[in-house]
Amino acid sequence: MSSHAHEHQPLGGRVLTLPFLICAALVAVAGVILFQRYTQGLGAASNLNDGYPWGIWVAIDVVIGSAFGCAGYVIALLCYILNRGEYHPLVRPAVLASLFGYGLAGLAVLVDLGRYWNFYHMMLPWYAQPNSVMLEVGLCVATYTLVLVVEFAPAFLERFGIEGLRAKLNKVLWVFIALGVLLPTMHQSSLGTMMVIVGHKLSPLWQSQMLPVFFLLTAILMGFAIVVWESVMASLNFRRPMETPVLSKLAGLMLVVASLFVVLRFVDLIVRGQIGQIFGGPQSGWFVVEMVLMISGLALLIPKANRNRSRALFLSASLLLAAGILYRLNVYLIGFTPAVGPWHYFPSVKEIMVTVGVFALEIALYLLFVKKLPVMHAVHPEHG
Amino acid sequence: MSKNMMSTNKMSKSRTSVSRRGFLRNAVKGSAAAAAAACTTVVAAPPEANALVRPPKPLPPDAVGLLYDSTLCIGCKACVTACKEVNHMPPDVGPAQQGWNAGGGDKPIYDSPVELSAKTLNVIKAYSHGTGATKDAAENGFAFIKRQCLHCADPSCVSVCPVSAMTKDAKTGIVNHDPSACIGCRYCVLSCPFGVPKYDYNDAFGEIKKCQLCKQQLAKNELPGCADVCPTGATLFGRTEDLKAEAKRRTALKVGEYAHFPRGDIAGKVGGQRSGHEKLVEAAYQTHIYGEKELGGTQCLAVSAVPFDKLNLPTNVPENGYPTLSEGIQHTLYAGMIAPATVFAGLAYLAHRNTKNHTDE
Ligand code: SF4
Ligand code: SF4
Ligand code: SF4
Repeated sequence: MSSHAHEHQPLGGRVLTLPFLICAALVAVAGVILFQRYTQGLGAASNLNDGYPWGIWVAIDVVIGSAFGCAGYVIALLCYILNRGEYHPLVRPAVLASLFGYGLAGLAVLVDLGRYWNFYHMMLPWYAQPNSVMLEVGLCVATYTLVLVVEFAPAFLERFGIEGLRAKLNKVLWVFIALGVLLPTMHQSSLGTMMVIVGHKLSPLWQSQMLPVFFLLTAILMGFAIVVWESVMASLNFRRPMETPVLSKLAGLMLVVASLFVVLRFVDLIVRGQIGQIFGGPQSGWFVVEMVLMISGLALLIPKANRNRSRALFLSASLLLAAGILYRLNVYLIGFTPAVGPWHYFPSVKEIMVTVGVFALEIALYLLFVKKLPVMHAVHPEHG
Repeated sequence: MSKNMMSTNKMSKSRTSVSRRGFLRNAVKGSAAAAAAACTTVVAAPPEANALVRPPKPLPPDAVGLLYDSTLCIGCKACVTACKEVNHMPPDVGPAQQGWNAGGGDKPIYDSPVELSAKTLNVIKAYSHGTGATKDAAENGFAFIKRQCLHCADPSCVSVCPVSAMTKDAKTGIVNHDPSACIGCRYCVLSCPFGVPKYDYNDAFGEIKKCQLCKQQLAKNELPGCADVCPTGATLFGRTEDLKAEAKRRTALKVGEYAHFPRGDIAGKVGGQRSGHEKLVEAAYQTHIYGEKELGGTQCLAVSAVPFDKLNLPTNVPENGYPTLSEGIQHTLYAGMIAPATVFAGLAYLAHRNTKNHTDE
């Protein structure tokens, strides 16, 4: 018990490293573009139009970005709900990554909203429209971001020695942990439900009443994959020992979730009578790429030995992450055809630079936090 | 989802009797089984028995709308101009017209919209094929179509709006938009099956725009602009039920018959009595009345001699609105918040017990 105060340590080291400065520059570029967006309208910075009212700012920054933020969700689920203590070292970095993932998804929403000054109407009961899936997503995401702040607070309090408050917080933390598992389960599946209403405009390869199930599965899968990815990256970049024993267990879970996803995707296509769409339907190529990424990612994990090799783990996590990204992009953009009239959409350079800026901000803040706050599990001399 | 969450909870309560590894395996198997079961019930069940579909919404009995008859339309676009006037909408110049209609500075010479937009609530579009010689013929002919909000019985735009900015009037069924509530998320634009609501992307304070059936005119007992000025009665205003009956009468007419076509308000009340006209039916009507069944039915209907898919209207759509599907899922999972509350209770119990076992947090 006495050792636990030193369980997590700031990594230390210089803050103004090259990667950090590159990220800062990208954030500045995005800032300039956003100035244009706010003074001249959405059209000045983006290729958004009435056929494609939602572009990459929704599909990537929010829908995919929040899935990146599922690291905290899956680790909390394993650690505290399923009581798997061995995942404990992964909790803080995962919660931190989630905090930034979700915080910045919220920021991206404000970039995209056409009437952003009214955004708080989402929180006022007299404006609420309870049938709206978006209302549910919005409220869940906002609440979850607050929950993540509370979940991460111990690291802050520990760093600044506010032990009294920390002890008090520890007594009620279980409430926030439970919320931190419930809320993502709700809104991640609802991100799928959001596209059910577009009906025939989404290709039958993706349009299904199963969308909420698939979105929940990809959220969990991408949550696992990002934990593995991040852990390997941290070990390489900060010259820390690999966390392979824990990661190999995660790999087993990734294998199960990815296989379930693939099986259900095919069952769903067969039951809906749309399996023929795979061969030569309009966007079938994208479906094939999505499946090839997913299946090669999970196939890599089938030999047990691979789950102990950090190279294989890293590659597999990357493939599965790419598969999840593409699945969500397919549902929100690629598989979508507007109702009436020919419309085209490909993100503008400015639009892409804003998205890059959002992710750069996330990385810069992450680097800053892990260096200055006790986030990473301390490396004890006895294991290297 | 709630199903498999709960099954994992249950299993972890009996955890003491099984090994951890066995437990995890069971949990995974359990969630797989639950997910597979969910999949089958969701996708395979017939619509009536499918718990994840809510019943469609009926049309209010006094719903009002428009009947557009493509065979009567002469493409004069008087309705487009009138719509702009009564709704104070600015001129709109399509991208292809910029070259010859830019005027001096940024003032266009005249209105030339080609599609619905934040500046255009109503537009007449033309179909043409081959030589384009014969009116109302699909082959080597041409035809017109009027595009505006159809005022759906079960509108997607109202179902998706998180802040009640899109609402459906309980009595008239008119779908209204309130910009002061709107957050500009454009979910209504994305979800409308007919591609109607539009947003102004070139304005820092852009608004959503769509036809609101000239509710301000109706309040003064005046006709909607488009129905008011239409010289041929191609755009006719009235109770949707009356319009539907009229549409049925027209689609049953035979080529070579003389028939009477009313103008203005079909009941002759709003905007005063108007004389209609007798006209020879020159092209055979399609039996399909657009909007009668599409996506739960719409208050604005259309009849035509040219098939509607040629007029670029979606025809591959189900007879129930998509909100029956999305709200069905939403209501099943979140009815009275019982399922989330139950799951929360389970999670809280486990989190409370398990955090005690950990040394930190
Ligand atoms: S046509 Fe579109 S905008 Fe009009 S009521 Fe129906 S869903 Fe709403
Ligand atoms: S853009 Fe406005 S009206 Fe449309 S769904 Fe969003 S909040 Fe509602
Ligand atoms: S009803 Fe009014 S707003 Fe709608 S198309 Fe006609 S004139 Fe325009």
